[in-house]
Amino acid sequence: MKQQTILTHQFANGLTLIGQPMPWLQSAAFALSVPAGSRYDDKEKIGTANFLCEMVQRGCGDYDSRQFVEALQMLGVDFSSSAGNYHTHFGGALIASELLPALRIAADVLRRPHLPENQLEEGRMVCLQEIAATQDDLPQKAMARMKARFYGDPDGRDSDGTIESIQSITLEDLQTAHQRFYRPDGLIIAVAGQFDFNAVVDEVGKLFDDWQSKPSPEVVQTPPAKGVEHIPFESEQTHIVVGFKGCTYSDENYYLNRCAIGVLSDGFSSRLFTEVREKRGLCYSISASNHSVKYSAGVFCYSGTTAARAQETLDVIVEQLRELSAGVTEAELKRLKIQIRSGLVSQQESCRARANAINSNWFHLGRIRTLDEILDNINSMTVEKVNDYLSQHPPSDFSLVTLGSKSLTLRDVETV
Amino acid sequence: MNYRTHTLDNGLKILAQINDHAHTSAFGFFVRAGSRDETSEISGVSHFLEHMVFKGTPNRSAADVNLQLDEMGSHSNARTGEESTIYHASVLPEFQSNVVELLSDIMRPSLRLEDFETEKKVIIEEIMMYADQPPYGGFEKIMDAFFGDHPLGQSVLGTVDSVTGLTPEAMHDYFRTRYSPSNMALAAAGKIDFDALVADTEQRCGHWENFEAAREPTAPKFNSGFQTLHKPNAHQQYILQLSPGASIESADRFAARVAATILGDDAGSRFYWEFLDSGLAESAGVGANEFQGCGSVMAVVCCDPDEAQNNLARIKNVLHKAVEDGVTEKELTMAKKRIASHILLASERTETLMFSVGTQWLNRQEFRTPQEIADVYQNMTLDEVNAALKKYPMQDPMTIVVGPRDDLVPA
Repeated sequence: MKQQTILTHQFANGLTLIGQPMPWLQSAAFALSVPAGSRYDDKEKIGTANFLCEMVQRGCGDYDSRQFVEALQMLGVDFSSSAGNYHTHFGGALIASELLPALRIAADVLRRPHLPENQLEEGRMVCLQEIAATQDDLPQKAMARMKARFYGDPDGRDSDGTIESIQSITLEDLQTAHQRFYRPDGLIIAVAGQFDFNAVVDEVGKLFDDWQSKPSPEVVQTPPAKGVEHIPFESEQTHIVVGFKGCTYSDENYYLNRCAIGVLSDGFSSRLFTEVREKRGLCYSISASNHSVKYSAGVFCYSGTTAARAQETLDVIVEQLRELSAGVTEAELKRLKIQIRSGLVSQQESCRARANAINSNWFHLGRIRTLDEILDNINSMTVEKVNDYLSQHPPSDFSLVTLGSKSLTLRDVETV
Repeated sequence: MNYRTHTLDNGLKILAQINDHAHTSAFGFFVRAGSRDETSEISGVSHFLEHMVFKGTPNRSAADVNLQLDEMGSHSNARTGEESTIYHASVLPEFQSNVVELLSDIMRPSLRLEDFETEKKVIIEEIMMYADQPPYGGFEKIMDAFFGDHPLGQSVLGTVDSVTGLTPEAMHDYFRTRYSPSNMALAAAGKIDFDALVADTEQRCGHWENFEAAREPTAPKFNSGFQTLHKPNAHQQYILQLSPGASIESADRFAARVAATILGDDAGSRFYWEFLDSGLAESAGVGANEFQGCGSVMAVVCCDPDEAQNNLARIKNVLHKAVEDGVTEKELTMAKKRIASHILLASERTETLMFSVGTQWLNRQEFRTPQEIADVYQNMTLDEVNAALKKYPMQDPMTIVVGPRDDLVPA
């Protein structure tokens, strides 16, 4: 593994700049997260953050809507944006020499959007189209429903909102949301790749230092529903999502859980792939992974299979989840460790992957876990530690969302 | 970076783009075998065979293959297309010999009956999975409609019926016509011990018997027209159009790709301004597909069903205007910037480089470095792009519309 350096600079207004130099690359990437996610949307107007994320790119600073897109094109950056639960994210990867000009445009997006009234309806149409497209993505639809039930609101909120909520949002709502939530305290800017960190600090200082911090909004969390839900739909396959308690990134047991779930789902020899697909041929897609919002986490297993075989698929998944509490083997843990090491090493080839990773680390942990530290953590795992964890935290209390022509039965859980 | 090649006596090519500073190594067997090599009776056999390759050999059970790929921490997979099947694995350099041994071994699979029947169920689930995903079989339908009886019109996955009817014997027969060492290459990239790679490959694959497997590509007769695939419970309407495009052999294939970028890239393109910025569609794009001896250009728009009729007219207008008036110098400059940045970022990934090495061999038996490819794009002139637009004008396409509206008509 290459030596990793992590550089940070804290600005007085709460903005954090983090950099990971990767001088062996000729590219650079940035990942910028402003604390204006959908969790702050008014309950009646969910989707405001997403709508705003669309509108801030329709003209900002000296650029009108077309000039903005063309300016990004001239830098060769594939600019991405999305509204998440805590943050709205902007990012991109590009030739290293264009990093600072790209950050200058990003500052215009955050601080000086025009929010033009004459493009409000176009922006609204984009948001409505996104909702419609998600309706056609059945695995995603089932997963979104699971997150909503599993986490409650707003942790499990779908940032897209609904057709009704998007239609109710006014220009004034967007202006208010921008004034309240686009702010430097809690703003994270991560850069990775080839750059001079001092030059980045200077530039970010010029762009953001005079931005005044604003009070953090209060959010009330409602309890989750969990349980079982079936979404009737005439589809070819039944889409199955099983959820149970996971570990947040900051949890001291995070790596124990990571290893347990890895044995379940990482690689061709993992238990779910072997038992559900390889031995029984029940499905093509099968996976399980830990998902963490800041203070809550779930493990979500997904599979899609034709209706006649869906109940057996669910039964085998649940059986494997229950069996996991009996522990993992030495050979399984050994395979997992080398898979994780291999994955970490290949991350060093991508400035985009590293910019996103250090950004997310800062949000969840308030510091950066270097690849070496992660590797040390993984290597310190033993079968005894993982099994001790599993005996104390056996996968249980399952939630289930199914989407398809027929509902399924999950034992020990009441159907709503 | 250093490019080296070696050919075994039986014709198997070994090709490596070596980077001593890389921390990973990627390997892939590239086979000229795909759905265009199939008759309708065995439709889907190339893809099914790709699955069966992981099901073991005389030396390994299916479980052994899976276990050993994971024991190396490999990132591995396979893919089947119209003209090729690719098996690949990325590992830490210390596993070079192990992964080459395993990949070489599975290239001579047992095709055991029990594994065959279990995997058949997985493939039928894969077909059903895609049937639930937009555009709900629209891609298969338009390939069939556009290419007609030509084998390029057949589905790569096959159909539930054709896959159900496949036997291990038919797969064996197919294998014996396509998987000749002279019809395959082992591509590598990253930190590679090339002498060891040649020695290992010679030991593992040197005894493979060579036989004639050259493809004799027949020319398709392209169809145009308008068809509807009614999908009442879809929320969006999906418009797909296929038109003739540049082939793998065409000198103007780079110009045709630049034209596709200017017309249909996901930001800043003509389709972007017409459909995405305006909110008239959820997604819209244009992409070129090159095959041996022929090519196609596909335009896709996914939109509100009630906007679909108008969008059909808009697609026609946008394409017509581009062909008639040409694109501008500014558009070309922006496309070049995007492409240069894309090539640079891709070249930093070892696995992507391996794919570049293998795919270039599949296509034209040549190799150009990322920088050489970038130079081709940077030297492109406006005249070349506009000439490509005139040559592949997309004015009389095959159109398929999929979704809840069944009353749409050609624009």
